Amino acid sequence: MNKPPPSLRRWVFEPDPNPPASRLWLVSLLAILAAFLASGLIFWAYGVSPLTAYITVIQGTLFDSTGLAEVLRRFIPLVLIGSGLTLAFRAQFFNIGAEGQLLMGAVAAAGIALFVPLPAALVLPTMFVVGFLAGGAYALVAAVLKARLGVNEILTTLMFNYVASYLVIYLINGPWQGKTVRGFAYTDPFPPAAVLPTLPGTLVHWPTLILGLIMTVFLQLLLSRSVLGYELRVAGANPTAARYAGISATKVVWLVALCSGGAAGLAGVGEAAGIHQKLLDPSQISLGYGFTAVIVAYLARGNPILTIPTALLMAILFAGGDVMKVSLQMPFRVIDALSGLLLLFLIGSERLVEYRLRRKENPQ
Amino acid sequence: MNELLSVLGQAVAFGTPILLAALGEVVAERAGVVNLGVEGMMALGALAAFATAQTTGNLLLGLLMGVLVGALAAAIHALVAVTLRANQFVSGLALTALGLGVSGLLGQHFVGSPLLEPLPGAEFRIGAVLLAIGVWGVLYLTQTGLILRSVGENPGAVDVMGISVVRVRWLAVLFGGAMAGLAGSYLSLSYRPAWVDGTTAGLGWIAVALTIFVGWHPVRAILGAFFFGLLYHLAFRLQGRVPSEFLLMLPYLLVVVVLSLAALRRQQGAAPEALGLPYKRGER
Amino acid sequence: MIARIMAEPLLSLQGITKRFPGVVANDGVSLEVYPGEVLALLGENGAGKSTLVSILYGLYRPDEGEILLEGRPVQIASPSHALRQGIGLVPQHPMLVGRHSVAENLALGIGSKLFPAQRIVPLIEKIAGAYGLNIDPQAPVHTLSPGEKQRVEIVRSLLGGARILILDEPTSVLTPQEAEALFKVMRGLRSAGKSLIFISHKLEEVLAISDRITVLRRGKVVDSLLVAQASKARLSELMVGRSVSFDRKRSQPKLGQPVLQVRGLKARSSRGLEALRGVDFTLRSGEILGVAGVAGNGQSELVEVLSGLRPMESGWVELGGKTKNIRANPAELFEMGVAHIPEDRIHMGTVPSMSVAENLALRQYNQPPLAHGWFTDAQQLEANAKAKVQEYAVATPSIHTPSGLLSGGNIQKVILARELSGIPKLILAVHPTYGLDIGATEQVHQVLLDKTLQGAAVLLVSEDLEEILSLCDQVAVLYHGELKGPFAVESATRESLGLLMTGGVV
Repeated sequence: MNKPPPSLRRWVFEPDPNPPASRLWLVSLLAILAAFLASGLIFWAYGVSPLTAYITVIQGTLFDSTGLAEVLRRFIPLVLIGSGLTLAFRAQFFNIGAEGQLLMGAVAAAGIALFVPLPAALVLPTMFVVGFLAGGAYALVAAVLKARLGVNEILTTLMFNYVASYLVIYLINGPWQGKTVRGFAYTDPFPPAAVLPTLPGTLVHWPTLILGLIMTVFLQLLLSRSVLGYELRVAGANPTAARYAGISATKVVWLVALCSGGAAGLAGVGEAAGIHQKLLDPSQISLGYGFTAVIVAYLARGNPILTIPTALLMAILFAGGDVMKVSLQMPFRVIDALSGLLLLFLIGSERLVEYRLRRKENPQ
Repeated sequence: MNELLSVLGQAVAFGTPILLAALGEVVAERAGVVNLGVEGMMALGALAAFATAQTTGNLLLGLLMGVLVGALAAAIHALVAVTLRANQFVSGLALTALGLGVSGLLGQHFVGSPLLEPLPGAEFRIGAVLLAIGVWGVLYLTQTGLILRSVGENPGAVDVMGISVVRVRWLAVLFGGAMAGLAGSYLSLSYRPAWVDGTTAGLGWIAVALTIFVGWHPVRAILGAFFFGLLYHLAFRLQGRVPSEFLLMLPYLLVVVVLSLAALRRQQGAAPEALGLPYKRGER
Repeated sequence: MIARIMAEPLLSLQGITKRFPGVVANDGVSLEVYPGEVLALLGENGAGKSTLVSILYGLYRPDEGEILLEGRPVQIASPSHALRQGIGLVPQHPMLVGRHSVAENLALGIGSKLFPAQRIVPLIEKIAGAYGLNIDPQAPVHTLSPGEKQRVEIVRSLLGGARILILDEPTSVLTPQEAEALFKVMRGLRSAGKSLIFISHKLEEVLAISDRITVLRRGKVVDSLLVAQASKARLSELMVGRSVSFDRKRSQPKLGQPVLQVRGLKARSSRGLEALRGVDFTLRSGEILGVAGVAGNGQSELVEVLSGLRPMESGWVELGGKTKNIRANPAELFEMGVAHIPEDRIHMGTVPSMSVAENLALRQYNQPPLAHGWFTDAQQLEANAKAKVQEYAVATPSIHTPSGLLSGGNIQKVILARELSGIPKLILAVHPTYGLDIGATEQVHQVLLDKTLQGAAVLLVSEDLEEILSLCDQVAVLYHGELKGPFAVESATRESLGLLMTGGVV
């Protein structure tokens, strides 16, 4: 009180009730940069110079044609799952089980491809439809438990990831193990009619890519232009108001579970029929797309169409993980660490968006 | 008779890490903070303990490091979810990914070289039970416990008494991390004294589910943890008769079943009122 | 200003100013509190009373001005700091842990290290005995009535050594009889030498209990006077800035056919307890029925059943000649002509993060013209919003502004515009003017009265007996799930209603 103020004007952080969108993007960008800086620490602890790691990753992905194709390949599942998850998060249904839903899609695809005799032209469409339903149904279990009993869906969907993973392991070691694979743990290769075409010389299965892009547009329209989308937004933003208006919360939860699980199922069909052409170990089918897609959806702030850029960003990260594995002999687990860091920095920085830095008169 | 004793012994041995981690989660959640990062903190603690013990040859130092690293990992959650008031569920989930990723990465150097002289397990088991009783005593008989429980129920009521809600929550989360680290240390120094990626095998998730199942009560957690340990052990015994994948699936399915049962019994009514809600003065 | 030569003021505020973005909540407020007196702080909602309380209690720092305690300037940094300096607050909404016992609540932060709840019991009993505050230290707080919770808060302040007690709108949750009991305690505290600051906007109560009155309007002190100099008319003029009529607003009603008939209605609360135990009444077109009662006696459940938010257990409800389907949901009931102005206008009546236009569509988003089949029509949505914003004079920067950024009065207008735009048969209005300023209150009342002339029946749930007595044709009281009445409004008085609200017989 008695001390004279050092200066009459000073910088203050003050709450900003109505922050502009630009600040949101700026803060997110800074958070991503900070996360990469922090991940440098992990590289360093592992014994790889952070600078070497960054350079290797950038060169191996963005400045390399095979690298770019790899990015595109990773983009496909991420954009599919991510766009579905934006809807789920909007409706406050925290589906963390995309990993398992993807695997169920892959299982469904393999089941159709290997065991259901169909006219060649119908095989792939059937695989996609059944894959969508399988992923959606798997998510629905958690949705029903949430709607009926109030069981936390984060925990259930997460547990179902592990369950799906062991189910796949059981299938490829047991009843579905290939006759022609000489004891290896995978199924027989899919017949040609069940294999997705790829861009020449790459693993980019373009039909799924197009499906993914259509999905983002479709879900965006569903959200902003349809009656269901309106119900979804009301139920997500204020469940009490939804009840008051007679909007069924159960219906909304089921819808988003079906959409997000189904989209993950489609991604699983793409991975099985486009990349591997068989069902194999779950850690090779998915590589953690489900969790990374959480970041894709989070970054897109509830807008399906914005998952196109955000999925691209995370696809670069993913392809980078591959580069690190090959060039720097780092285990692929590094992706988990990076994803975790990114998410922590992103949600941690959220608070900063609500403040602005201003030069203010000192009250003295 | 001997058979039965051995089964119970195994159940306790397996239930101990679950109990330790669940006690930490009980304390954090009683202060109103959900931490889904238990699995990650446990993995980091396990690696830190193992790596220290392996390089220095000092098991107790390893144990200390395991606890410290667990608490350090929890500090990330406290910073993001308590101080910066981000979504607690997402933050914990990210912490699990980070913990599993970092431990998997840095643990590479330690794969395939087990400890020759592991820590004895009996002390851990007795210690865990005593800790559970101790946590109960602190929660229900002391001012510290009263403040902690009040923070989880109505942080505003604590704030007006001039007690920092953020500080109480930080300490509770740090304690939770230390306990997860201790659980991890038990795994890597005593139960299976070696480093393998994924050594925690979902035990952290079971600890989170158990916390809800036992109604956030530390003494009931003892019985709950040993019950889970028993189920694990029985599943282990069924090997050969049932495909092993189904047995490995079992704990995860159990978590879902347990959560559903808890919901059916309206157990969630016992949840601390402010659980999962960030606290900001003047907002309710 | 009144000069008191007999004593030094215990507490004195000098030129307190507090600004928030866009408003000056307190503008040079000065006042004194003397030992052993009850000072009433009177003002409308939004006059700056709460801000002043928050400053005294260390929740806000004033931008300008000084607080003097026994003549010495003090800084109040936090609520606990305030209590250490002898200023205790009995908040409007109790700051208690519902699941803990009274003793646990009172031991929080001030009890001993070991067995805090056990050891504080004798202290509680001593203080409670001294001031006639009847409380059971072992009772879990969630089982207590609002009046009992208030007593716990008073004991907490006294345990902390408070010499000045601030009571923030203490009677808003009490029946007239409970309020009288509180006044008795307040008089006891006053004779023990404590100073009390009594915050209220109810004139009768202020006149009944206080020694001096300071009136706030728009953040400024407009006058401070002794109670002997004050009258209801004078105070209301000071408070509002113009003279206010206390007459009935109701003109001769045009009553028609029965719109709503309720017979033997039973329902359970969310916690499974019997909330309505056989309610009967009839409401005719053009009629306003006021339902009074202390919160938690079945009002919420009654409105929820009638609006389709809660299933009824047994009984029979006929609406506009049709028997209400037990499972009818809110959307179907709105179709049948039931408009609902909910108690919680922010969390139930609107979606704060969505635009005004989208909020105005909440009832008819899925019907033509707002939607065609599966798709919504953005143009019609805007046209609908523009028309309603104009008709109800909603002050909003744009129809695309999130409704959460509007003031309480304008949010209420958005709800009225949406609910009453059709020709509702039955309007369920729950605390429709709570927290609104006089202007907005009058507008809400006028809209409701106009709608009755167009043939709507109104069920008005309110805790404000003035509002009920000035608007309604029939009055009823809900007590423990039973409806007493309805009676013609002419036969009801504040006192008779108050008695019914506590289970008494008239």
